[in-house]
Amino acid sequence: MAVTNYLILAAILFSIGATTVLLRRNAIIVFMGIELMLNATNLAFVTFARIHGDLTGQVLAFFVMVVAAAEVVVGLAIIVTIFRTRRSASVDDVNLLSR
Amino acid sequence: MNDFVPPHIDWAALSPIIVVLGAGIVGVLVEAFVPARARRTTQLVLSLGGLLGALVAIGLLWDSVQSNVILVVGDSFDLTPFGLAIQGIVVVLAFLSMLVIADRSGGQDAFAPTAAAVPGSRYEEEARRAGLQQTEVFPLALFSTGGMMLFAATDDLIILFVALEVLSLPLYVLSATARRRRLLSQEAAFKYFLLGAFTSALTVFGIALLYGFAGSVHLPVIADALAGRGDSPLAGLHVLAVAGIVLVCVGLLFKVGAAPFHTWTPDVYTGAPTPITGFMAVCTKAAAFGALVRVLFYLGQGFDAATRHEVHVLLWTVAIATMAIGTIVGVVQTDIKRLLAYSSIAHAGFVLVALVAFDEVATSAVLFYLLAYGLATLGAFAVVSLVRERIATDDAGAGGTRDSLILGEATHLAQWAGLGRKAPWLTAAFVLFLLSMAGVPLTAGFVGKFAVFGAAIHAGAWPLALIGGVASAISLFYYVRIIVLMVFTPASDEAGDGVPAAGAGVAGPLGAAGVAEPRGAADVAEPLGAAGVATVTQARPATRAVVTVMTGWGPAAVVVALCAIGVVLLGVVPSWVLDLAAGAAKFVP
Repeated sequence: MAVTNYLILAAILFSIGATTVLLRRNAIIVFMGIELMLNATNLAFVTFARIHGDLTGQVLAFFVMVVAAAEVVVGLAIIVTIFRTRRSASVDDVNLLSR
Repeated sequence: MNDFVPPHIDWAALSPIIVVLGAGIVGVLVEAFVPARARRTTQLVLSLGGLLGALVAIGLLWDSVQSNVILVVGDSFDLTPFGLAIQGIVVVLAFLSMLVIADRSGGQDAFAPTAAAVPGSRYEEEARRAGLQQTEVFPLALFSTGGMMLFAATDDLIILFVALEVLSLPLYVLSATARRRRLLSQEAAFKYFLLGAFTSALTVFGIALLYGFAGSVHLPVIADALAGRGDSPLAGLHVLAVAGIVLVCVGLLFKVGAAPFHTWTPDVYTGAPTPITGFMAVCTKAAAFGALVRVLFYLGQGFDAATRHEVHVLLWTVAIATMAIGTIVGVVQTDIKRLLAYSSIAHAGFVLVALVAFDEVATSAVLFYLLAYGLATLGAFAVVSLVRERIATDDAGAGGTRDSLILGEATHLAQWAGLGRKAPWLTAAFVLFLLSMAGVPLTAGFVGKFAVFGAAIHAGAWPLALIGGVASAISLFYYVRIIVLMVFTPASDEAGDGVPAAGAGVAGPLGAAGVAEPRGAADVAEPLGAAGVATVTQARPATRAVVTVMTGWGPAAVVVALCAIGVVLLGVVPSWVLDLAAGAAKFVP
């Protein structure tokens, strides 16, 4: 199987993630979309590393994983705080500032 | 082929960043080991000391960087005069921000006793009574500053990404920690986080595409590949490069708050605690523009005529849209923090005007403008943090101590009427900052705008400079509107026509960390559900909020004075800073 197929898969996953972020209303689902985008990026990095025959891309994937983990910590904390205050994690309910 | 060669690390050149991040790490340890009573003082000394140390290190490095560029860690991080200058600006402004963060005029700082508590809950009330403080804000701000310093000084896109997260993640948390109006604060953090994480995902995908195109994430190598000198198997796929550049630029433009990626700015600036807003508005913008200049100018070396044209079109569009939105939407704002947010969007547009020039004149203009804008904006936010609502109870003294009477900031513009009579010096400083933002001669803003538009004209982009001039004229209108309001309009509470609209929905427990919701109590009640309403939004018909100004020489007042002096100095004798900026621009490609 050609290596480029993995790139196409990465692009598809990334698009699904971006669409999820833009269309879904639940903050947790939106956040899962962001994670999907980051992991699609990892797939792209690893595939490109294979194409170029060097290890840089694989190392970069580790960096992205670590950053994604840190982002989960902060992000879930903020979402949980919002949920505890408002009993809702919908991005539509969070609209005090835009009135 | 992939043998590991340990990179040569120049520790001296890394010292500014190490000092700041090290102070942050020690700050985390302080949280764990120092008794609560001494914690705040320790943190304050530590963070101010760390930033001063970084500034000294930058000063010591300055001369050696002028003669040759220092390669720090292998080739992934090279210290150019431009990078060092941005670091210097970030550190100076972060130092001033730190003073505003430490300010306790009115008896309390701007941060919730425990940010994790549900607003209006009993736990929060107990934490407030126990006098708990969230001293973690100091190390968080230090980590963010460290990330900003790295952000503007790296050549390696993956380090750029890591630095982007290191500067953003603490800011997301800090946005959620306001003592008052906590619902708004949490909402600001929520929006900032979701949008920020989304754009950083876009950025990292752009980096992946550039890596695929060039086989490296090192900017000079990518520039070579763009120019057709690379040996990457995918170098023919120009679409990868263009998509990658656009996605990386989206991430950077989001951080500077340029249209159409500006939508988070007004909400987040309004909701976040004011000292943090000042920090974000000033330091993040300086760092992000540093990174944007670096990425664009490095990659610009490899552009062929067609790509250069495309990038120009992109920058022109973004610059015009940013200036238009910042000035036109800013005119109709009624909240002072929101208005300053739109003003900062407009300023991002003015800096972008210089960016289209792609040369050394532009780089030095950007540096000067960032410093001028930073001083004026930071000073303005420091003033905002000092203008407060005070509850005048009918039975004076029944409420308890004096500090329990001081509430949150009076951010509604109507409340700023007649401020000139209440606090002439503070008003004078604020007028000075507004004039500087508007670009009136003899202030820093004028020299900055002159440099920025001059750079654009120098590069032949005079229509853009003209649009910038028109935008400045429109923005002058809303700055003057505030000045007239403060100086010539009598205060509404003096005139005796009762409570200004914004003071109506004051929090239940006096001065507690509850919600003083400017848009009326009902708005808060509905998303809260039945449980927390009684404590959070209970209005007190017997009380009325009057606007009061914190006087005395607290740290924030010192910052206001320092910023005012800086704005005047940069406006009257700008030549030495302009010379420094010109020297700093020399070694940028």
